[in-house]
Amino acid sequence: MLQIEAHPITLQYDLFDCIQCGKCTGGCPMAMKTRLNPRSIILRLLTAGDGFDLEGREELWDCTTCSTCSSRCPKKVNPMETIIGLRGAFVEKGRVHPNVKTALESTFRQGNPLTMPRDQRGAWAKDLGLKEYAEGTEFLYYVGCTPSYDPRAQKVARSLVTLLQKAGIDFGVLGNQENCCGSEVRRLGEQGLFEMMAEENTETYKGLGVKKMLTTSPHCFNVYRNDYPKNGMAVQHYTQVLAGLVEEKRLEFSGKLEKTITYHDPCYLGKHNGIFDEPRAVLAAIPGATLVEMDRSRQKSLCCEGGGGRMWLEGTNPSVRLAQMRVKEALEAGAQVLATACPFCLLTLDEAVKHLNAEDRLQVLDIAELAAQAL
Amino acid sequence: MNEQPTHGSNGRGPAALVIGGGIAGIQASLDIAEAGFRVHLVERSPSIGGRMSQLDKTFPTLDCSSCILTPKMVDAGRHPNIDLYTYSEVVQVTGEAGDFHARIRVKPRYIDPEKCHGCGLCAEACRLAGRISSDFNAGMGKRAAVYVPFPQAVPLVYTVDPEACVYLTRGVCGKTFKCKDACTAGAIDFDQKEVFVDVDAATIINATGFDVFDPSLRPELGYGVYPHVITSLEFERLASASGPTAGKITLDGTLPKKLVFIQCVGSRDRSLNLPYCSRVCCMAVAKQAHLAHDRIPGAEITVFYIDIRAFGKGFEEFYDRVRHEGVLYRRGNPSEVLRRGDRLVVRAEDTLLGEPVEVEADLVVLAVGIRPRADAQSVAEMLGLALDENGFFQEAHPKVGIVESNRPGVLLAGCCQGPKDIPDTVAHAKAAASAALIQMAQTQKVMATAHAAN
Repeated sequence: MLQIEAHPITLQYDLFDCIQCGKCTGGCPMAMKTRLNPRSIILRLLTAGDGFDLEGREELWDCTTCSTCSSRCPKKVNPMETIIGLRGAFVEKGRVHPNVKTALESTFRQGNPLTMPRDQRGAWAKDLGLKEYAEGTEFLYYVGCTPSYDPRAQKVARSLVTLLQKAGIDFGVLGNQENCCGSEVRRLGEQGLFEMMAEENTETYKGLGVKKMLTTSPHCFNVYRNDYPKNGMAVQHYTQVLAGLVEEKRLEFSGKLEKTITYHDPCYLGKHNGIFDEPRAVLAAIPGATLVEMDRSRQKSLCCEGGGGRMWLEGTNPSVRLAQMRVKEALEAGAQVLATACPFCLLTLDEAVKHLNAEDRLQVLDIAELAAQAL
Repeated sequence: MNEQPTHGSNGRGPAALVIGGGIAGIQASLDIAEAGFRVHLVERSPSIGGRMSQLDKTFPTLDCSSCILTPKMVDAGRHPNIDLYTYSEVVQVTGEAGDFHARIRVKPRYIDPEKCHGCGLCAEACRLAGRISSDFNAGMGKRAAVYVPFPQAVPLVYTVDPEACVYLTRGVCGKTFKCKDACTAGAIDFDQKEVFVDVDAATIINATGFDVFDPSLRPELGYGVYPHVITSLEFERLASASGPTAGKITLDGTLPKKLVFIQCVGSRDRSLNLPYCSRVCCMAVAKQAHLAHDRIPGAEITVFYIDIRAFGKGFEEFYDRVRHEGVLYRRGNPSEVLRRGDRLVVRAEDTLLGEPVEVEADLVVLAVGIRPRADAQSVAEMLGLALDENGFFQEAHPKVGIVESNRPGVLLAGCCQGPKDIPDTVAHAKAAASAALIQMAQTQKVMATAHAAN
């Protein structure tokens, strides 16, 4: 038994507005492969009376928080946030998967969910001689946890630094002082820890006088933009910055990249924040590159299954992976390069390519890496 | 450049100004004219007829839409008490109830309506014949740069499309005008200018109709990306004997074997600020599913719906009939349309099964909702009218003042006030005519008293 009170949840998330049309479940990428059914969860909460038993509802951890459900709901109900709220009930009772526990604890102690030591966060850039952010610097480059620690994602951060330096952008980093943004913590249902981190980070940025921030990851970008208390700080995803530099001709590509590229829209850049054109504009500026679109692109982009804490959770049906479906779609589109702009997508898609033995046919690269190659 | 305004129908007793020549405007005009009063009926497009002229059959009786409408159009065109201003717009209204003054802009057709017989030789000769997208056919058929929107047009007078005509857009069209050479009536006149006509009216009926929802605002449904995803209005033209395929339901010559209809596209949708039910789509789709069943033997037809609203006379019975014929109704609001090979796939949850489903389709029809006209705001400003929270014209009272507006003497008829089917539109128009006649009778009395006092 994992009994919670349903009624306050139905009120908090306006679940009485739901007309049970099923648009959420019809588009849910997980509903096709697991028991997750956002519409049914809403109806169960509405009809639960006093108590709702979360016991056995493991599928709530399948949700990747891609936001397909909430972005399409005709009644503006938000099934995704409802699921995050229900995860909160699991967290509160301490009934979470050991991996979730580890990620949360690591975030609390080490400032990252990857169980990596805090004092190694800036190590990736040791040889780059980056400026430490100080008041008056134009941009704070918020690197993020995965690009700081993961060897594959570090290449993205290094590429981005090359591009920013080439364009003469005045930016600084926080090195070991950088702390996790809390995006995944919030989506794993640990709202208390998230609020604490948001408060702490906001104080830090305020103290440093940060006016403009750019991020490697759409997840960090989204949490600063949409979940943090309003703080007057303008945050951009790096693809927005690069698209602006390309348009102003402050960033020009002299190299050539004779490749057929397809772009995978990360959920937290596209569906969550409506940024579809800027990443494509950067790719389109690369000489020699041919862009092709997969059938599911932009608002219809298929989630890679890496969001919502799913980087640390296999889910209830690990045998079918969305990232593998996505890689097959990229191959069908005739692409040689599967480009993306998110460290989570990069890692899940990379793994899928390896799993499908497609390394000789398809390369997964971040837009920053492609752009840096074309300099 | 513009000619001086002329004055229409002065000294002939009180008149009504009716704005919009769809079924609402036609019906209101006919009722007022039959009662013995004058009507100025103003229609923006080249012909009266409106949306109803685009429909094939009507639900639930399956009467042919144009067979009901055409006689009314002809009556309105011929009625001695109706002054018809087509290809014209009301541009200014002053005055008050009993004493309005309106200015009508008559756009140049570049055709002399007195001389044109409607024979169509000009259109056959036009360099752009078969190359201009036809609005009447919801963009699916092609016409020339000189055209009548449909064969039953009233008036049956050709119009040169100023946005398409080679001469009007480029200043030159070959060595000679092909249309002019072809016209045996000498009706083509490229020197025509717009004309302004001032009319007086005791009362005004606004019957400006509706637009349909643009489904590209729901990008997950693939409209505009997949050619075989069409709107219900486009389906209507495909099914119509007067449409681009002469009633054959096909886009490429082959008949679709699997059809999926999707209800509530751009209706009941708060995320797009379209929270209302469009009221006609449930039955329009039932009718279209019936037509598909009727004309495509063996077709597999699926209708995805949220709720079925079959509230009118004969509606539930028609819904029963269509299901009995073998049309499969599945409860669920499809989330997306994808392409798989050369087929479309509609992804939905069948909410009664409680399972996500994928249904293959050769043709997907989106039941697009009714929207306020894109220029409703500017019309409202010109007429001094209020719009409701959804952008339709606001009635004076939701129960007992459904044809009156906030401005005395100005009345509402048809879908400009909110979504309606044809019978409700006709009833609303007749109610507006009744309210107009009250105003006109009172004005006549005042005029008679003033005349006697002189």
